[in-house]
Amino acid sequence: MKAGKFWAWAVFILGAAYFFIPLIATVEFSLRMRRGVYSFDAYKVVLGDSQFQATFIFSVVVAIFTILLGVLIVVPTAYWIRLRLPQLRPVVEFITLLPLVIPAIVIVFGYIRMYGSNSPLPFLGSNLGANALLVIGYAALALPYMYRAVDTGLRTIDVRTLTEAAQILGAGWGTIITRVILPNVLIAVLSGAFLTFAIVIGEFTMASLLNRPAFGPYLQNLVANRAYEPAALSIIAFAITWGCMSLIQILSRFAPKSANRPN
Amino acid sequence: MAEPFLSIQHVRKSFGATTVVEDFNLDVAPGEFVSFLGPSGCGKTTVLRMVAGFEEPSAGKIVVGGKDITRLKPNQRNIGMVFQAYALFPNLTVGQNIAFGLKVAGMPKADADRRVAEMLDMIKLPQMADRYPYQLSGGQQQRIALARAIAPKPKLLLLDEPLSALDAKVRVSLREEIRSIQKKLGITTIFVTHDQEEALSISDRIAVMYGGKAEQVGTPFEIYNRPATKFVANFVGTLNVLEGKVTDAASGKVQVNSQEVSLKGKLNGSKSGDTLSLALRPEAISLARQPGHDTSLSGEIAEVHFLGSVIRVRVGIGGNSVSLDTFNNSATPPPAVGDKADISFSSGDMLVLH
Amino acid sequence: MTDLSLSNKAIAGKTAPPAEARSLRLPTQWLGVTPFFIFAVMFLILPTLYLMLGAFQNEAGEFTFANIVALFSANIVAAYWISIKVSLASSLIGAFAGLAIAIAIVRGGLPDWIRSATLTFSGVASNFAGVPLAFAFIATLGRLGLVTVLLNTLVGLNLYAHGFNLLSFWGLTITYVYFQIPLMVVIIVPAIDGLKREWGEAAATLGATQAQYWRMVVIPVLWPSFLGTVILLFANAFGAIATAYALTGSSLNIVPILLYAQIRGDVLHNAHLGYAIAFGMIFITGLANIFYIWFRTRSERWLK
Repeated sequence: MKAGKFWAWAVFILGAAYFFIPLIATVEFSLRMRRGVYSFDAYKVVLGDSQFQATFIFSVVVAIFTILLGVLIVVPTAYWIRLRLPQLRPVVEFITLLPLVIPAIVIVFGYIRMYGSNSPLPFLGSNLGANALLVIGYAALALPYMYRAVDTGLRTIDVRTLTEAAQILGAGWGTIITRVILPNVLIAVLSGAFLTFAIVIGEFTMASLLNRPAFGPYLQNLVANRAYEPAALSIIAFAITWGCMSLIQILSRFAPKSANRPN
Repeated sequence: MAEPFLSIQHVRKSFGATTVVEDFNLDVAPGEFVSFLGPSGCGKTTVLRMVAGFEEPSAGKIVVGGKDITRLKPNQRNIGMVFQAYALFPNLTVGQNIAFGLKVAGMPKADADRRVAEMLDMIKLPQMADRYPYQLSGGQQQRIALARAIAPKPKLLLLDEPLSALDAKVRVSLREEIRSIQKKLGITTIFVTHDQEEALSISDRIAVMYGGKAEQVGTPFEIYNRPATKFVANFVGTLNVLEGKVTDAASGKVQVNSQEVSLKGKLNGSKSGDTLSLALRPEAISLARQPGHDTSLSGEIAEVHFLGSVIRVRVGIGGNSVSLDTFNNSATPPPAVGDKADISFSSGDMLVLH
Repeated sequence: MTDLSLSNKAIAGKTAPPAEARSLRLPTQWLGVTPFFIFAVMFLILPTLYLMLGAFQNEAGEFTFANIVALFSANIVAAYWISIKVSLASSLIGAFAGLAIAIAIVRGGLPDWIRSATLTFSGVASNFAGVPLAFAFIATLGRLGLVTVLLNTLVGLNLYAHGFNLLSFWGLTITYVYFQIPLMVVIIVPAIDGLKREWGEAAATLGATQAQYWRMVVIPVLWPSFLGTVILLFANAFGAIATAYALTGSSLNIVPILLYAQIRGDVLHNAHLGYAIAFGMIFITGLANIFYIWFRTRSERWLK
């Protein structure tokens, strides 16, 4: 028992060292812009860079649209599968897991070839179309996470009973979805949304290959050309990811606790 | 008692500042079936887990077969244990589950197979060897768990609320099966439960526990009929409690709702003017005067519940109320609410709770 | 155009003879999932199929194996090989280290806050990939990185003089492990939580040592989730590009970087060879998954 505890601590400390040393090193590096003293110059330069602001805002907007698209596709599907078409569950689950098997670079390669400017659906013929395609691609990448979050949320509230109860009380479909189901899975949807945000905000491959002025390619470009600013940006990116995950964690405390979960 | 097989001596257990078991003492004879009965949090499971070796006593010792096992690891104690949630290994078949203890003990495969078949026959599930636990019902899983615990021929069998997760019908049939297997094998057994009917029906002796202490240890008959403490009286069986006032301590006169009851020799120490709690089992009371019943009280029928073979009647006597059971008789209709009624009982059945 | 043809079909449906009326109820059932399937087909399945078919066509659209054969040129085989090595090494190291950490925080008797802090951190770090991660390792183990410099000045150990290079197989692996370990932790902790305490106690009362219990129960029970996660980690590393690209530019020849360069500038001078490379990537991740499914159905009959 005591030896076990020793090893547990040893493993934990070793792991913590592996995970924290790079962060410390990056922080340290990001503060070294001014010779001889630690300063926040690198952060000032980065945050003041108009290109940073433009690409970051672009990525935030793309992330918001991605979340909206993801919610629109996933919530009705997951709900309908739970309620009416449980026999389709394996198919839908298989599809939602595909983005974990098909690399993003392959998916976007397919888009470029299928939706080029002289194809029947020329997404890439215009800026707006290309932005839309980026949102679509991100929604596909986030599909596994979004679906799992929402499906888990639906499982804990027992949609079938809730729907039937609402129907008996005379509610129509619109009322059921907006007043009964959505409020109850809101936390789950938001968890999926923040995870999507974390994935999308610094994504490089799709944005770069679709030639979008997004945050990921900007970062990449900066690494190649600057010394201290990328360190500051890495820390900012880490903080954003951390913020998203903390929000998910905080939200999960407000999630409805299932009243009738078996066991 | 003859030489005890299991002896729990002055065992105490505290977690930090809270003491969950205080000075627990119990001797169990070879082949005896002893139940620990009590509400949740009374320490019964903790005592069992100390016997199994999962918790180390803060003080005291545990002796099995003359050997002090207090500091022995669980896997060196040769004790069989059955858990509330079955705890079958999900990745092993029924046969492999039962053979688990034999395999780790290094028994040759042929012998182990024979023993597994024997066990499956014993629990009357001979065709189940190749099933996986998830394919079985709760009752079947628990019987497999019992077979698994018994297969290595343990010296002691510990049952930790083994029936609580099962539905009512299975619970009754399985408890009878457990008892008959235990008798046949003559294995010393400790059975933890919060269900008094379970404990009363299958135990040789019961230890009623409350607040980390054994309130009373005795046969089911003693526990039920001569509860030593108010807690035991209340916890085991249904009990009618009446408030009485001592009018004449010397001659044992007590008044219940201005009606006199004589409790000679039972008042030990109470003075005239004291208020007493008097207890009566429902089955000791009749609605009409019966031969041998020397006391009667009059009241009014307050509730009637028809339960089939039995009719449970509640009679209000002033501020007190008394439940009693009468057998159903197709010739006489049950009493009606509001009827006047006299109840009678033998004053010898009345307990004075201290 | 599309709208018109759709409504034409709808009209055709309405005028259909009554015999078909019953079967017409079915589509309303499916309406709820239609957007999902349209999305999946248009933006997930068709683009992938398009590439997979393209891998077996030449410029003129005729069927050929030439692109697949061309994959076996030294340059491309080397890229696949290093990709497989990095993915395999990082997924195995990540899996075992992640498992060790998960066991330590769930079963090691560590304080509760360590468990929740580790899980939150893992959620963050498993999503911390790409450029920021690459830069963190450059700042740590690059030529001027903190650890490199500290080791040199404090212990006199010059990593780079001993042949270490961040822009190499091991450098990339050690960087990938940063998101692989947390991903393993996030996935495997619920599986370890699923191990019931009573199983260990039952095994102990039956006389099993801790080692026997692990060998006969814990490892077999965890194995399917573990293997499944290893496959996921493998695919995760195999498709990753941003981290490697930021770390090494195009100096380390791994498949995603090769494909990236091909998409950007047709460096292989053969568009359909690009399709074949994409096909090869899906083939390998798909193969890993098929192996996993086969393994599960074959050996895990006890799973419901």
